[in-house]
Amino acid sequence: MNKVTLIDRRDDDHGIDAQAVNSKEARALYKKREQIYPKLAYGFFRNLKWAAMAVLLGIYYVTPWLRWDRGEGRPDQAVLVDFEGRRFYFFFIELWPQEVYYITGLLILASLGIFLSSALFGRVWCGYACPQTVWTDLYIYVERAIEGDRNERMRLDKAPLSFSKATKKIAKHAIWIAIAAATGGAWVFYFGDAPTLVRELFTGTASAATYLFVGVLTFTTYALAGTMREQVCTFMCPWPRIQAAMIDKDALSVTYRLDRGEPRGPHKKGETWEGRGDCIDCRQCVAVCPQGIDIRDGDQLECINCALCIDACDDVMRKVGRPAGLIAYDSYANVKRREVGKATAYRLLRPRTILYGVLMAIVAVVMIYGLATRHTLDLNVIRDRSPPFVRLADGSVRNDYALKVINMTNVARRVSIQVAGLEGAHLQAPNLSADGQIFVTAQPDSVTNVRVHVIAPAATAPGSHDLSFEVRDLDTRESATSASAFLSGTRR
Amino acid sequence: MSDKRERDEISGTETTGHEWDGLKELDTPLPRWWLYVFYGSILISIVYWVLMPAWPLANGYTRGTLNWSDRANVAADVQSLRAARMPMFERLGQASAETIAADPELQEFARAAGESVFGDNCRTCHGAGGAGAPGYPVLADDVWIWGGTLADIEHTLRVGVRSTHPDTRMSQMPAFGRDGLLTPAQVSDVTEHVISISSARDRLAPDAGAAARGAIVYAEQCALCHGATGAGDRAQGAPSLADDVWLYGSERADIRSQIELGRGGVMPSWEARFDAGTLRALAYYVHELGGGEPDAPPPAAPATEASAPSQ
Repeated sequence: MNKVTLIDRRDDDHGIDAQAVNSKEARALYKKREQIYPKLAYGFFRNLKWAAMAVLLGIYYVTPWLRWDRGEGRPDQAVLVDFEGRRFYFFFIELWPQEVYYITGLLILASLGIFLSSALFGRVWCGYACPQTVWTDLYIYVERAIEGDRNERMRLDKAPLSFSKATKKIAKHAIWIAIAAATGGAWVFYFGDAPTLVRELFTGTASAATYLFVGVLTFTTYALAGTMREQVCTFMCPWPRIQAAMIDKDALSVTYRLDRGEPRGPHKKGETWEGRGDCIDCRQCVAVCPQGIDIRDGDQLECINCALCIDACDDVMRKVGRPAGLIAYDSYANVKRREVGKATAYRLLRPRTILYGVLMAIVAVVMIYGLATRHTLDLNVIRDRSPPFVRLADGSVRNDYALKVINMTNVARRVSIQVAGLEGAHLQAPNLSADGQIFVTAQPDSVTNVRVHVIAPAATAPGSHDLSFEVRDLDTRESATSASAFLSGTRR
Repeated sequence: MSDKRERDEISGTETTGHEWDGLKELDTPLPRWWLYVFYGSILISIVYWVLMPAWPLANGYTRGTLNWSDRANVAADVQSLRAARMPMFERLGQASAETIAADPELQEFARAAGESVFGDNCRTCHGAGGAGAPGYPVLADDVWIWGGTLADIEHTLRVGVRSTHPDTRMSQMPAFGRDGLLTPAQVSDVTEHVISISSARDRLAPDAGAAARGAIVYAEQCALCHGATGAGDRAQGAPSLADDVWLYGSERADIRSQIELGRGGVMPSWEARFDAGTLRALAYYVHELGGGEPDAPPPAAPATEASAPSQ
């Protein structure tokens, strides 16, 4: 991989003829996509992004392989979305389908988290953590390794088709597809036992649905990260539209300090810096930008705040002997303050950020409380609707119910079932206890169906009466109740 | 309207050459990818015609080389499903009431199979869940004309009531009024007596005088089958008159009308239609609707629990 030297035209000219794809001059009603050739940047933020990429890809690929012992005959995968068994496993947490509201809580936390991070540091999510950014970065890395940096790639694309060009292009796309397949391949491991699935995948014995999902995700990864890239952020993603509401004048985001940079212009070695800005208009910030924009145009929806322009600009500032930080994480308020000669001030604690933080804490506490006090025994009652009630020989009235005793633990539990809330009503069963209860074994980690009959005295008034069932664990005394109705009526 | 095609400056696309009051129409070509998908679809459809059933002919249709038939597939599916369930039906057909009572898996299967067969065959008359209808007994209650044990119910299913089966259950309530066996006054008197010996007496307040007169007629004409106290006789299929459950309606006029007309419905025999396992499943389902009677005196050991196999 050749490093394109900064000074690639004249000794005293650091410039590069990079144009922002969204510049005012280039805007038109009909516009084809312009290929962007991001140049490799060097510096703190580039390294931060490499680190973030390594960590995030590591999490993505390693997680399905983590094991977690849950006992005999139960999945030992730490993180597993088991659609077939209708369970969600996350280390020590096991959720049933009716508990998906915990996922809602996570989503609320995630949205508040992105609000908070935006209010504090702008679009850090977009710049470092979004899968679109991570995979695009990875794809550009591959592209650069095979075709070279910006200038070489531009030259290669302009060159007529040759053997070497074809080789490079085929190699690049082959690696891209391999990465895409690995991405889609890893995704399905979250939905089935990874060691089993990987064997099935390669021996051709996995289900058609598995191959379909791998195929679809291979295609989307290849298309989104390989060919569409910045188009996804600019045209497909809703977040750039929302960011305006999430970022205020005190939010730190990647900012061109125009108070320091302007008036901009080329600078020759030895010339004075008096009466001019620090920006030498070298366009290195544009050349490294994966979105193909010019940060000096200000905050814009295309900008993902990846901070690579900071690295590029700091590099140039060092070379021309000016202080770094012409482009830096800064706030709009600070630019304005300096313009009127006030001191720079960073206000991370603002009503907005405090509110987001407090809301996150509340949601987190509610979720932790919910998880900690989560019930492991539940009861659903479904009343038989035909016949609505049965009049028995002795005149009494019977209603029938299907009870679903939900045992969310791994052990079989002896539970009692009783009915309450209606005067004189009692359960009918061959093995009724002296105090009117039925005893049932609730099977481990499953729903046990019990059909029960409730009999009320002949004098029960026609109409609907409230009635409730209670199921109680005989050992732990944990109980669950469920309300239902008892119908009575006149004979036909 | 001119036919001069020209190139549009902004988009670089040709116009159609048509012009309406200065408005021109772009002749934008179809997107390449769209065209390729379109051509691909045509190719796929040709392959499909060869492989799959496609073209209607005068008598029939082109079968396709894969010999695909949804109808045959469904038939095969049904066949394999039946085959898969057969062992359970066979087990059920050979099981005694005690065996079933001790086997939650068998209970679950019998209830599910019975419910399905009941829905297809019995529900029309007896109603969903055995709710019954005038003239068609309620199966969910604990009142049985021919007996409510599992064996009784299964026998009724096998031979039917007033059916064409040689061993059919048979009873005949005479049409006392219509056939002139009793005078209308006597019919009314018997009605009052029947009400007075049933639990309907609080509800319908029988006339004491008429009931007393009716008691004499009842002893002569009705007691043989329905019993002196109206307890009924299951061996003869004579319903109990002591309770307040009436097959043909529970008002005074309904009760009188039944003495007058002596109606009796027909329940077909199902023996020829179902195998032993299905009949047992059906009987079990009806028995478990809520009113089933125990087949034998309950065993000394604690009864099996009401737990069913888990989902």
